Amino acid sequence: MADPILSIRDLVVEFTTEDGVVQAVDGISYDLYPGETLGIVGESGSGKSVSTMSLLGLIPQPPGRIVRGEAIFQGKDLLKVSKRELRRIRGRDLAMVFQDPMTSLNPVLKIGFQIAEAIKAHNPKVKDSAAKKRAVELLKIVGVPNPERRVDQYPHEFSGGMRQRAMIAMAIANEPAVLIADEPTTALDVTIQAQILEVLKKAQEEAHAATILITHDLGLIAELADRVIVMYAGKVVELGDVSTIFGNPRHPYTIGLMDSLPKLTAEEEWLRPIPGQPPSLISRPPGCPFHPRCFLSQGRVRCREEEPELRPIDKTAHLTACHFAEELEGRVGHLAEPVGAGT
Amino acid sequence: MSSEQGLRDELTIGPPGSQYTMSPAEGPADSSEELTYQYGLEVEARSQWAYARRRFFRHRLALGSLIVILLIFGAGVFANFLAPYNYDQINLNALSVAPSWHHLFGTDSAGRDSLSRVLFGIRTSARVGILVGVLSTLIGTIIGGLAGYYGGWADNLLMRVTDLFLTLPLLAVLLVAAKYLGHSTPTKLALLLAFLIWTQIARIVRGSFLSLREKEYVEAAKAAGAGDLRIMLRHMLPNTIGPIVVSATLTIGTAILLEAVLSFLGFGIQPPTPALGALLNEGQDQGIDKWWLVTFPGIVIVIIVLCINFIGDGLRDALDPTQRRVRA
Amino acid sequence: MLTYIIRRFLYSIPVLIATSFLIFTFVSITGDPLGRLRANPNITAEQIHSIEHAKNLDKPVIIRYGYWVRDAVTKQFGTTLFGNRPIWPDLKRVIGHTLQFILSAIIISLILGVAIGVYSALRQYSLFDYTATTLSFIGFATPVFWLALMLQVLMVQIYLKWNIRIFYTSGLSSSVGAGHGFHFLIDRIQHLALPVIALCALSTATYSRFMRASMLEVLNSDYVRTARAKGLIERRVIMRHAFRNALIPLITVVALDFGGLFAGAIVTETIFTLDGMGFYFVNSLFASDPYPVMAWLMVVATMVIIFNLIADILYGVFDPRIRYE
Repeated sequence: MADPILSIRDLVVEFTTEDGVVQAVDGISYDLYPGETLGIVGESGSGKSVSTMSLLGLIPQPPGRIVRGEAIFQGKDLLKVSKRELRRIRGRDLAMVFQDPMTSLNPVLKIGFQIAEAIKAHNPKVKDSAAKKRAVELLKIVGVPNPERRVDQYPHEFSGGMRQRAMIAMAIANEPAVLIADEPTTALDVTIQAQILEVLKKAQEEAHAATILITHDLGLIAELADRVIVMYAGKVVELGDVSTIFGNPRHPYTIGLMDSLPKLTAEEEWLRPIPGQPPSLISRPPGCPFHPRCFLSQGRVRCREEEPELRPIDKTAHLTACHFAEELEGRVGHLAEPVGAGT
Repeated sequence: MSSEQGLRDELTIGPPGSQYTMSPAEGPADSSEELTYQYGLEVEARSQWAYARRRFFRHRLALGSLIVILLIFGAGVFANFLAPYNYDQINLNALSVAPSWHHLFGTDSAGRDSLSRVLFGIRTSARVGILVGVLSTLIGTIIGGLAGYYGGWADNLLMRVTDLFLTLPLLAVLLVAAKYLGHSTPTKLALLLAFLIWTQIARIVRGSFLSLREKEYVEAAKAAGAGDLRIMLRHMLPNTIGPIVVSATLTIGTAILLEAVLSFLGFGIQPPTPALGALLNEGQDQGIDKWWLVTFPGIVIVIIVLCINFIGDGLRDALDPTQRRVRA
Repeated sequence: MLTYIIRRFLYSIPVLIATSFLIFTFVSITGDPLGRLRANPNITAEQIHSIEHAKNLDKPVIIRYGYWVRDAVTKQFGTTLFGNRPIWPDLKRVIGHTLQFILSAIIISLILGVAIGVYSALRQYSLFDYTATTLSFIGFATPVFWLALMLQVLMVQIYLKWNIRIFYTSGLSSSVGAGHGFHFLIDRIQHLALPVIALCALSTATYSRFMRASMLEVLNSDYVRTARAKGLIERRVIMRHAFRNALIPLITVVALDFGGLFAGAIVTETIFTLDGMGFYFVNSLFASDPYPVMAWLMVVATMVIIFNLIADILYGVFDPRIRYE
């Protein structure tokens, strides 16, 4: 397998709040390979957004603090590189698409200007007219109709879906090596979500970018991702390729997630949420973070006292952080049928 | 414990016996909420007021200001006992004396002790301020509440009229009105001020009632047949109390400042009644080389209003946690 | 954009008309210009009646309003009730002086306020921030007139101790030896410095607090995060995205403050005996003469409305979202 384009090892990020220190990301490690789409799944508060934003240095450093870890990208450690260097990487080699396009775009500047700004930030010699032309091209790529006219419009004149397209256009403007999409469809209508999916796929191809797709929507993962990471309470609890995770999940949380999806065809009468609440990230009890809600644990001492390591199961690239993952063998995931996008 | 069992059942949400039920197993601490409790992670429920009180007391500046204000106002109230001299007592052997041990704030051209006058002045100003605060809040809440709740042309009319008044400087309007009043007692002045500054609170209450009107629990109450008054008092008013209290507090400060200006210009409280603004007026008359006459009453005003503002700020923090707090 | 401007302009006209009626009724009702005459036992009731009749004071309010509007438009606000002195020439003169004074105060407060506010936001919780915050709070609690008095006291004490005059404590210009051209300007500045400082304090406090809050809000916004994520240099992020956007709501604050500055002018001009609108207003009030008072209020209201109109237009220029309402 080719070398990973991005390697994260033991990243720990914490926030100091009035109520105490929050461990938002508690030691995660993963690799991203060129050309692939890596999905990160988890609930709100699982640390999925924070982990990627800290790569770009977008975490405000009072309250936040990167305690330790490394993130090797193109031979450099993003967490230790100079501010100037990081700024050069942002938007050019590593780009991000955010969740809410309405608030993520500057309301008083034209869309074309904002896209052109992304281009000129890294290519200062480019003339305004050339940058604008490129902005029009990019809008065309992401499927904004009438791009010549739209490029001079303001964000409030665009619909939600179109704004997200514009954001994606802005992100791929400099053909980044890695594209990070943080909940790209969450703020949009369900009907628009499918369209944006297509746009993302196309954008990926255009820019030849490896993509990190962060979402809580399993349907999105099923459609777009090659490999999946499942995060819980700031830790990676399972990692593998998409068919394995969906077909043969080996962590009680993942199984719980899959099970909680409403299924149209099965004859279930009740929804199956995961019982309990996500843990407080401030004062975490020892042991596995998931054990209070875990059906597999059943109060076993090892779960309560020893934090499980992320380890391979069945000697494959499928990793899980559960002491008793072997017991889940043969438990077929409940998703025998493919799940549509936006489910 | 039966309640725990009930809680556990709730967590299941599914036909009992399904494989994801949390079944009671041997050993201690096997349910989610028990574990939470055991690790001390459980949060006690407290009433809203307790939360607000706790937040207020954490705001040290507001707390300190509260103490200072109580001391100052207290000094005013007990001026009779604390003042070394009577406020109009003439000491012929100490005319226009700079601050000294006998007269900490100096004396004026008639030999009256400045400190005593300031103390009595505090009492007057405090009285006016609090009276205005209470009255304007009452008027503003009622009118603003009615306007916000009923909407329609009455609300529109109210908004237009208050807007019109905004184009005129408040002080100018007050001066014209105060002239009409002529020689006024502190109470009359307070009434006047109250009648002209209720608009601010009215706006706030109106805005709040307007948005609360759309809430589901109001619709539900209406559907259940609750009368308008009951809805307003029971559902809307408690949710607006926060901004009302903050606004009322800040109004007291504004009123004290306004009283000072009016009295200073000769339109408000006039001698012999001592008021901080009137004292400054006299001080100016007697020549600003006698700096002590204009300095001390002014400093007292500044301290009073400063403390009131800090308290208002603390109250705002305490009562309105939803406001995105940019720490003052 | 043009329709927006026209719409705002057309809206102002009925406001102006309604305000004029409000002013007239308010002043008429709250003042009895002949009060002193009535109290005088030497003047008979008939004499009072004839005065009333001659001055149209016995007619209903609406009719008097009509007379007043006619006078205002055709005869430039007509004449004072007592003494028949034409109002407009006086008013015109004092408006000029006061505007010099108020506009200087606005400009200085804006520059200071914005600078302090932005810097406080960029260095939140620093010593500068805490100091600026404390000073602002004190500024809010300090009555403008008292600050003016203190400044006077300070100047007088300096004069008494060291016999130098830095700034003048009264008057617009020196009565003797004001000079021409540049000397005149310096002299004027020396006279206006203290009043401007007194007026600036409150405005600077207001603008700096607001700018700080606005700047902080913008700095934490999603689009500033996007700007950083695009790889823009920090200076551009702050100037082009944060600062510009934070400045826009300040326009409204300044517009709202404008009326308050006239109030400040009333007080400072009285203390420093400047021949300005404020002084004119107070004197007219003392004389119980309603017409100059009404004229004054009308002029101020008009200026406030015009100022607000300009502010609305500026807002539309800088914030494209507003234009489409």
